[in-house]
Amino acid sequence: MKPAELGYAAPTSLDDAIGLLASRDAKILAGGQSLVPLLNLRLAAPELLVDLRSVPGLDGIRREGDDLVIGATVRQRRAERDATIREVAPLVAEALRHVGHPQIRSRGTIGGSIAHADPAAELPAVLVALDGSVRARGPGGEREIAAADFFQGFLMTALAEDEILVAITLPAAAPRTGAGCVEIAQRAGDYAACGAVAQVTLEGDRVADARVALIGAIDRPVRARTVEEALIGSAGTPQDIAAAAAHASDGLDPMPDPRVPAEYRLHLARVVARRAVEQATERAG
Amino acid sequence: MSSHTIRVTVNGTEHEATVPARLTLADFLREHLDLTATHLGCEHGVCGACTVLLDGETARACITLVAQVDGAEIVTLEGIAADGEELHPVQQAFWDRHGMQCGFCTPGFILSTIELLREHPDPTREQIDEALGGHLCRCTGYVKIVEAVDQAAERLRAGSGR
Repeated sequence: MKPAELGYAAPTSLDDAIGLLASRDAKILAGGQSLVPLLNLRLAAPELLVDLRSVPGLDGIRREGDDLVIGATVRQRRAERDATIREVAPLVAEALRHVGHPQIRSRGTIGGSIAHADPAAELPAVLVALDGSVRARGPGGEREIAAADFFQGFLMTALAEDEILVAITLPAAAPRTGAGCVEIAQRAGDYAACGAVAQVTLEGDRVADARVALIGAIDRPVRARTVEEALIGSAGTPQDIAAAAAHASDGLDPMPDPRVPAEYRLHLARVVARRAVEQATERAG
Repeated sequence: MSSHTIRVTVNGTEHEATVPARLTLADFLREHLDLTATHLGCEHGVCGACTVLLDGETARACITLVAQVDGAEIVTLEGIAADGEELHPVQQAFWDRHGMQCGFCTPGFILSTIELLREHPDPTREQIDEALGGHLCRCTGYVKIVEAVDQAAERLRAGSGR
């Protein structure tokens, strides 16, 4: 249960970090809360770890017009408590409470969780639900990748091997927006059998916008668009929400899992979607 | 083999060491500094026995490489109350309320409890569950641990502890 021998570098510029990635069998190290367990179990054994700790400019939280930009190495515990994030992206703060445990969130980073792309992780679902994007930098410069294109499967993303995720971008929430996150897991803090994130915006007495994404249902985070469509324009009553959430499992083909039979997972998808939308609607006030 | 020179402050004492890149913080504390109160249960970030205070916040020492924490300040259970001194009020509460049986998980529970009570001097049951949810105990069934946290909180609020 110890990592295999490996090299370690802590470059002091992004360009140096990218150069190291291109030259060797290297992995980016941020908080290490997903990577170091894999090293300990020897499921990963890269030649070189490229630690981003000394790369400047990756840990900002700032508004850019109507967007919120969160730097890749912002630690999850800091993000969870950040006043700007709580106000502008309440779904991020809400989902972070479900990430691992406080002892994990003190080290784990926003960018690390997104780049790792575990289908049971919360932040990828948030990014997909909000139509956010990922800012990636490689030898050829910077590009913006939409969340819908970023997550490609179990631990698979659109990042090239010599690209580094430098930030995520999310649209700022409108007034009267509420957020919800609900998970069902065998143990608190463990990987959820299924979870949902939801964000609801009210205007007058109607639902103006609804966003729902499922966690751990398939091999990547997935929008529950039929649920969203049923909610938008409704009064957001408990009956409306229950009727909409009944569609959460439409078209889903769950991953095979001996602990969670497919039928059960589909049932959970409907339950967590309903509860997350209820939370979000209540908080949208 | 890749090795690195790091400098850390552990329980108030500064240490400089040249270590292999693959060395975890937990193994550094135990094997290089002989600070064996940091226990290793699962070694992949699940059980919480290796919890330390890293720059003031609880973190898992088994899934942190020591190279990552160059320049950091670390407090282990040994730094809470020195040998021969009075126990820390949280330690005393775990003792009084039998918040342990075999004691293997206890160092992690104590450090997370200290962090919890610093932020929430009068924690709700939900806050206790949230703070300690990342710690596994196979002996107590957790009831006595929660009672110990309640007692520690009470004593600390009454000012009879640090």
